[in-house]
Amino acid sequence: MSSQDIDRNEYYRSLKRNIFLIVILVSYIPLIVVSSGILYQMHAIHQEKTRIHLETLVKKHKWNIDHFLRERQDNISFIADSYRFDELADSARLAELFRKLQTTYGHVFSDIGVVRADGTQVSYVGPYLLESAQYNDAEWFQEAFQADTYTSDVFLGLRGFPHFIVTARKYKDGQPWILRATVDFLAFNDVVENIQLGQTGFAHIINRAGALQTRTAGRPVSTESAYLALFQKANQFSPDQIQSGTRQAADGTDLIYVAGLLKENQWALVFQQDLKDAYRDLNRTRNIAILVFGLGGIAIFTMAVVLSKGMITRIAAADREKEIMNQQIIESGHLVSLGELAAGIAHEINNPVAIMVEEAGWIEDLLEEETFHESENLTEFKRALTQIRKQGIRARDITHKLLSFARRSDSIIDRVDVNDLIREVVSLSAQQARYNNVEFESRLDEDLPAIQVSQTELQQVLFNLINNAIDAMDKRGGVIHVASWSNGDQVLFHVKDNGPGIPEANLHRIFEPFFTTKPVGKGTGLGLSICYGIIKKMGGEIKVESRVGEGTVFEINIPIDVRGATGAEPPAPVAKHAP
Amino acid sequence: MTIAKLLLVDDETAFLDAMKRRLTKRNFEVYTATSGMDALDLLSDEGEKVEVVILDVKMPGMDGIETLAEIKRKFPLVEVVMLTGHGTVPSAIDGMKQGAFDYLMKPCDMDVLVAKVGEAAAKKRRHEEKIIEARMQEITTRRA
Repeated sequence: MSSQDIDRNEYYRSLKRNIFLIVILVSYIPLIVVSSGILYQMHAIHQEKTRIHLETLVKKHKWNIDHFLRERQDNISFIADSYRFDELADSARLAELFRKLQTTYGHVFSDIGVVRADGTQVSYVGPYLLESAQYNDAEWFQEAFQADTYTSDVFLGLRGFPHFIVTARKYKDGQPWILRATVDFLAFNDVVENIQLGQTGFAHIINRAGALQTRTAGRPVSTESAYLALFQKANQFSPDQIQSGTRQAADGTDLIYVAGLLKENQWALVFQQDLKDAYRDLNRTRNIAILVFGLGGIAIFTMAVVLSKGMITRIAAADREKEIMNQQIIESGHLVSLGELAAGIAHEINNPVAIMVEEAGWIEDLLEEETFHESENLTEFKRALTQIRKQGIRARDITHKLLSFARRSDSIIDRVDVNDLIREVVSLSAQQARYNNVEFESRLDEDLPAIQVSQTELQQVLFNLINNAIDAMDKRGGVIHVASWSNGDQVLFHVKDNGPGIPEANLHRIFEPFFTTKPVGKGTGLGLSICYGIIKKMGGEIKVESRVGEGTVFEINIPIDVRGATGAEPPAPVAKHAP
Repeated sequence: MTIAKLLLVDDETAFLDAMKRRLTKRNFEVYTATSGMDALDLLSDEGEKVEVVILDVKMPGMDGIETLAEIKRKFPLVEVVMLTGHGTVPSAIDGMKQGAFDYLMKPCDMDVLVAKVGEAAAKKRRHEEKIIEARMQEITTRRA
């Protein structure tokens, strides 16, 4: 019994686990697949968008800076073309030109000067005292004399301040001279420094040696020039080509960089930003998604727990019901065949018993004759014969009961008020109940409709149930609760005792004929099987529920508007409705 | 002088014997038959004498109800008491509807049986008397 319970509990536990797992799997797998797919797609799209955005930005600024540089170059070249050496070598004239330059272009040029082939600055206009300065050692000077036009890298030079110069070379009498102008570093810087994105995105320019050409507003830039590789690839790309990629900074942060080459591949404009910063929006979205996923996961988990628990409760209840139903089906099948068997036996026994009783009667008849009157054992004969007849009648009564269980007997169908019947039977049983210290409690529905059944039969059923209940409680006493109610289609009543209950092993046998737990001679074991037969005949049901130590309840329902299906009288063609 | 002339019909010969002995001792004239066919044959031969038939409901071959119907058709004045095992009460009631005088449960108390047979015989005689009376009246009115 208990091991069966353990098995069952084990079964329910594993069933619950399986339901739980299935719910979890079925819910989580699509969730994970869909959300990771979406996240991945979003990630890729966002990365692409960010890259394109940055490339556009860099391309635009690259063009701007190139344009700026070319313009400065053109300014200087134009002046060098337009004026002769002598005019420019005249400081006053140069000053006038410089003034014009500044009025036209703003303070883009910080100074201007003319340098001869020997490196001597013949004229100069600007804030520094660089008149007659010697440049023939300066690196830019060497290169400037090699080309018609030249734009230098940023250097400190004589003034000790970062700047770069733009030059144009001309010839006077076969001797080259150059017009050089210093581009205001701050003005140039602004062009680049204004390229800022997010908190970490900024642009800077490096030359082929990796030296910074602009300020970075205090931001760390790798000095060992991680971007030198840009220049090596320069020839593979068209000048407008933008290169991009990611790299790891010295401190371990991931960076995205976008670069374009400037100034005939001499400089590179590099925009760099922390990956985290660049993908800030994406990461925020991802975090929200993860949060939603987490909450959803918890919800699914809770639901799975609740669902599996609820489902198991339902299944267990359904199993219990099914079991009870199975038992009832088995029982009713069982009882039908037993009933037929019993009827057959009753018939076969009846005839021999009849003969025996008649023969005993015959002997009694003979004993009446005078010849036997002197026999000393006459009274003993008579006693024995009386006993034979008595036992024959007892056997007949048993077959009577058996047959009334198995077959329909000739009862009269009548309108019966169940409440009246209950009161009658209870009052009849009251005497016996008092001996056994049993009390009656009743809760009768006064609006109970009458039913069309045999009064005597229903009385017999009630008698049997109440007597059984009284017997069950021995002398210890107890309470018998009788109730009646109706559910519209049926009249129901129950007889409930708080006696010792029926062990489960016996519970499904109690309706079998001859099954009794009473001592031999005290009970025939036919009471409940007769009740069963009667109630079945009325088209009703008899149910029993019992718990050892708590008591037993017999519940009976009888349809209101359907007459006993097959009584002694032929069934009425139309079902009678109880008024 | 016997109280009445009976015909006992039952397939159990032992039962027939015992009953015949007991009823004879109680001043009945008893014929016996072990089947419905035998009973009808016997009634045809001794028809005038038999007053009451005691008929078992459950018999092999022609059963009690069929036999009853035949008897009532051929010998309407003969009274029939049905004798039944318990399982066949409904058919005994059928029998009553078809004109049986009464029915008794088997095994039955001898005194009850004797009383029933006595009543049945009395009824038969009453019927016969009435018939005779009627005939006599008919004859007398015809004369007149």
